[in-house]
Amino acid sequence: MSIELLISIAIPVFLIVVGRVVGSSIERKHYASIEDREARFHGQPALSTKQSDPPGAVRSASLATGSVVLSVDHFKRFLSGFRMIFGGEVRSYSSLIERARREAVLRMKESQPDAHAYINTRLETSTISSTTGNEGIGTIEVLAYGTAVHYDRAKGR
Amino acid sequence: MILTNIDSMPGQRIVQHFGLVQGSTIRAKHFGRDFAAGLKNIVGGELKGYTELLQESRAEATSRMVAQARDLGANPVINVRFTTSSVAQGASEILAYGTAVLVE
Repeated sequence: MSIELLISIAIPVFLIVVGRVVGSSIERKHYASIEDREARFHGQPALSTKQSDPPGAVRSASLATGSVVLSVDHFKRFLSGFRMIFGGEVRSYSSLIERARREAVLRMKESQPDAHAYINTRLETSTISSTTGNEGIGTIEVLAYGTAVHYDRAKGR
Repeated sequence: MILTNIDSMPGQRIVQHFGLVQGSTIRAKHFGRDFAAGLKNIVGGELKGYTELLQESRAEATSRMVAQARDLGANPVINVRFTTSSVAQGASEILAYGTAVLVE
């Protein structure tokens, strides 16, 4: 009886500890990768406006998309459970959403890496639900799409 | 076929509007992917199986939209939008829509 109780406590605790250790390492690596790739696309901005910067000088335009499905680790899911009781900002999820958005925008840029700018960029977020019910909590998909444009003039404007 | 999500084709004049074209697909996740995602849920990070699944279905929706535009005799589709809605637990609909036009 007590062994059963021990197991029923030990397994969730183990998952939370694994989530904390492995999850934070994955998150750190992801942030490093995002920052590295963002630096590469410096000077090729994603704009939310429809107007291209030097008006009328666009040579070609085509749709660029990028998407990612990202999940939080068990530890953060556990923390957010407490937050649901007391209310307030759920900080453990904000890094998930931020990473997913930046990653999606980067993938959009990487799909057409030689464009000079990405205009009318839209971000769309949707949650992924699981067939079994609650398990999908904390899993989101972010889609970034925009129009990749090439200017007639050189990149330096 | 060229797609954009702005109101015009830069440098080209639109001579004819064909109106709205759309393509959609409803996809369910298959069990194997769901199981792998369940494991990945513990440590967090990207669920590549789902990313691919949604990219495939978005490509499918887009190609249906393009097929519709081609039937109308359009050359580009402008102002393309994507939306996602969940139809049931574990199934989601991906819709792509835009305006089919003819440019010179």
